[in-house]
Amino acid sequence: MTLRFDVRKRLREFTLDAAADLPAGVTLLEGPSGAGKTTLLLLIAGLAVPDGGRIALGERVLPAARNVALVFQEYALFPHLDVAANVGYGLRARSVPAAERALRVRRALDRFEIAELAGARVNELSGGQRQRVALARALVVEPAALLLDEPLAALDPATRDRVRGELAAMLADIGVPAVFVSHDPSDRAHFGARTLRLERGELAR
Amino acid sequence: MLRAVVAFAAAVLVAFIVLPLAGLLAHITPGGFAEALRTPAAHHALQLSAITTTITLTITLLLGTPLAYVLARADFPGRRLVDAVADLPIVVPPAVAGIALLFAFGRNGTLGPLLHAFGVQLSFSTAAVVLAQTFVSAPFYVRAARAAFAAGDRTLEAASATLGMGPLRTFAYITVPLAAPALLGGAVLTWARALGEFGATIMFAGNLEGVSQTLPLAVYLNLESGDLPIATALSIVLVAFSLFVVAAVRLTAEREAA
Repeated sequence: MTLRFDVRKRLREFTLDAAADLPAGVTLLEGPSGAGKTTLLLLIAGLAVPDGGRIALGERVLPAARNVALVFQEYALFPHLDVAANVGYGLRARSVPAAERALRVRRALDRFEIAELAGARVNELSGGQRQRVALARALVVEPAALLLDEPLAALDPATRDRVRGELAAMLADIGVPAVFVSHDPSDRAHFGARTLRLERGELAR
Repeated sequence: MLRAVVAFAAAVLVAFIVLPLAGLLAHITPGGFAEALRTPAAHHALQLSAITTTITLTITLLLGTPLAYVLARADFPGRRLVDAVADLPIVVPPAVAGIALLFAFGRNGTLGPLLHAFGVQLSFSTAAVVLAQTFVSAPFYVRAARAAFAAGDRTLEAASATLGMGPLRTFAYITVPLAAPALLGGAVLTWARALGEFGATIMFAGNLEGVSQTLPLAVYLNLESGDLPIATALSIVLVAFSLFVVAAVRLTAEREAA
């Protein structure tokens, strides 16, 4: 399944105008701060409305409510819910029955090796654990595309190196297009993959 | 020297607050207190205050929550004006609120003929008590809720949206639970203000036992008529409720800070 986008959005200092076809697997999105990387993710996620253009998965143009998961920079985990409820949130949104929800949450927790944290509160987690919860929460709904907004930026340097390896392993066999916003050129070596570069709203390959 | 002056000034003000309130207890025996509370007048006042403040709080939550959300989040022309208007009843003297409500909803008021045509007579009724209480007390909740919604983390709501929750369920599952301590504090303040409401009530709703004679009005009437034990007993009840409110607001504030 290919993620195709061709969108325009006026920003304060320039117009974001970006088009690309992204196959399954990780694509790094690089570029300086303020180049429009986060805006592009928000457009693809449906959190911002483009001034023009379209976003499609395969040949299907995406509706406003789309099955695209976004991992936020600081993870945006819900502090009033425990880990299991965070992971199950998207299933609750899709009205998945409680029994099936519990099963799928447990499978996701197992997959990300955080089963023992099921009842923990978000504020009890380390940075690396938070990232696993955020990934589990994003992937448990089986999204058609995954977006990650600098998922390593919130971590201290020592943790970052370890978590980056884990994240690369977890994303290696992802069967959907995954766009990974990165500030760090050394990410390329870990995530291999294609790289898009965004500068002042325009993509260069 | 300066320390002694500061301590003295502080002690004078604290004593000024505590002594009269504590003095209420010296004016009644436990037996007299129990007996006074068993009188029909006291019973009616307690019941009426419980019912009207509950309805007032319900109306405030139902109408005040959307208003607070719009004031905190929406950008529309005149927002600042609406914001100021929503705060107005906090500073308008209750007697003025009472006469304004009378002019608006009274039998000869602006909306009087319309209400009369539907067979509704608001003034000097229990409904008038609720209107008076809502007018003066709703802004306390709206203020607290507006501040809480303005401070809420929008990223968490965005996360909820990307996970497939619609705006209404995001509000119910994310926005409200995260704002809950502040909403609770505001609701308690509104309830306390409604419970103590006197001026607007007596002008707009009158002072009829069982209809519009709430606790503060019963205190006033029984003091006037010389039935001191009832006035004293009901005053003690009101002070006890006030103590509870202050403690509850403090506790939620501390829990929020922690």
